[in-house]
Amino acid sequence: MPRGRLEWRIAELIQVKDETPTARTLLFDVPGWPGHLAGQHVDVRLTADDGYSTQRSYSLSAPDRVELTVQKVADGEVSPYLTEVLETGDKLELRGPVGGWFVWRPTGKAPVTLIAGGSGIVPLMAMIRARREAGGATPFKLIYSARAPDERYYAPELRRPEPGVDVTYLYTRAVPEGWTRPPGRITVADVNSGAWPAEFEPDCFVCGPTGFVEAVADMLVALGHDPRRIKTERFGPTGG
Amino acid sequence: MHVDGNALAGPLSEIFTVDMTAAQGQCAGCGQAGPVAGLHVYGDAPGHAMGMVARCPGCDNVMLRLVRGPEAAWLDLRGTVSLRIPLG
Ligand SMILES: Cc1cc2nc3c(=O)[nH]c(=O)nc-3n(C[C@H](O)[C@H](O)[C@H](O)COP(=O)(O)OP(=O)(O)OC[C@H]3O[C@@H](n4cnc5c(N)ncnc54)[C@H](O)[C@@H]3O)c2cc1C
Ligand SMILES: [Zn+2]
Repeated sequence: MPRGRLEWRIAELIQVKDETPTARTLLFDVPGWPGHLAGQHVDVRLTADDGYSTQRSYSLSAPDRVELTVQKVADGEVSPYLTEVLETGDKLELRGPVGGWFVWRPTGKAPVTLIAGGSGIVPLMAMIRARREAGGATPFKLIYSARAPDERYYAPELRRPEPGVDVTYLYTRAVPEGWTRPPGRITVADVNSGAWPAEFEPDCFVCGPTGFVEAVADMLVALGHDPRRIKTERFGPTGG
Repeated sequence: MHVDGNALAGPLSEIFTVDMTAAQGQCAGCGQAGPVAGLHVYGDAPGHAMGMVARCPGCDNVMLRLVRGPEAAWLDLRGTVSLRIPLG
């Protein structure tokens, strides 16, 4: 994908949607945006009046628009600003799209396993949406680990049945009424039952807090998946 | 706590016109080859003046170090034998 070197662009927040009590989806208008692939991210730069500036990476949550979903990290520098302070009409600087490895293309033929921990659902949701938009027939399985039912992002959209997209939820802290699996971290048994078996040679995308990603990647290898088919994206310290 | 080489995509896009995270790098420490996206990245958030250090997931050898100053960037690749950069 040759292109010019990337410059910072001005992005204007045009729409906000609460996903959970502590996460929100931000839609930006970015003049001249070149388009992107599912799984890519942007870097966001904030600059204070005194010139101090700081950057963070955020995944693009949809294939056809510049939309991010940000989880508030309580003592964080950037995420509380993005989730609580930024209002429609406000502007910030954004660089992207970037990342050419953790991407899924609708031309992909292999079955796809997506495994998300917390906010790690964001780039995987972009892949599900890209599949839908392309009218794709590639079979997807999603395992989505969240703390509690009300901590799920995109819940109404993922609840709608979608042929060829199989969704399994795991909860680590609190479960819905009548749920048989006790709350707890993801296990090999969860991966084994919710993901495509290694013999199907699926492409596996794993995203979330670093500890989660590490654990899941090890489980996939233990279950016989080719490490070259396991793509990971670590978001940072455990939390989400 | 580390992230992975995906986080280098933005900072390296300031220097290179092709995506470098899909490049295959070979480690000078243990010989393992893999995508830059799979390296373990330590240090500040992308682009901080302090810079970022990317280590081999196999042996922890520092394969890439990127420091961004106000007027220049330093890219230290002495821990990398080679980078195969796809130009599709
Ligand atoms: C490639 C990439 C894509 C990302 N995509 C997303 C995304 O789509 N949505 C999203 O919400 N975040 C995403 N992140 C994480 C994001 O870049 C920030 O790290 C996160 O928003 C915290 O920034 P902060 O400035 O609020 O916290 P900081 O000021 O950086 O950290 C404050 C405190 O919180 C801890 N902390 C830092 N990051 C996390 C974390 N992820 N979870 C829990 N605790 C943390 C730190 O150790 C520190 O103690 C992504 C990261 C990467 C590398
Ligand atoms: Zn090595």
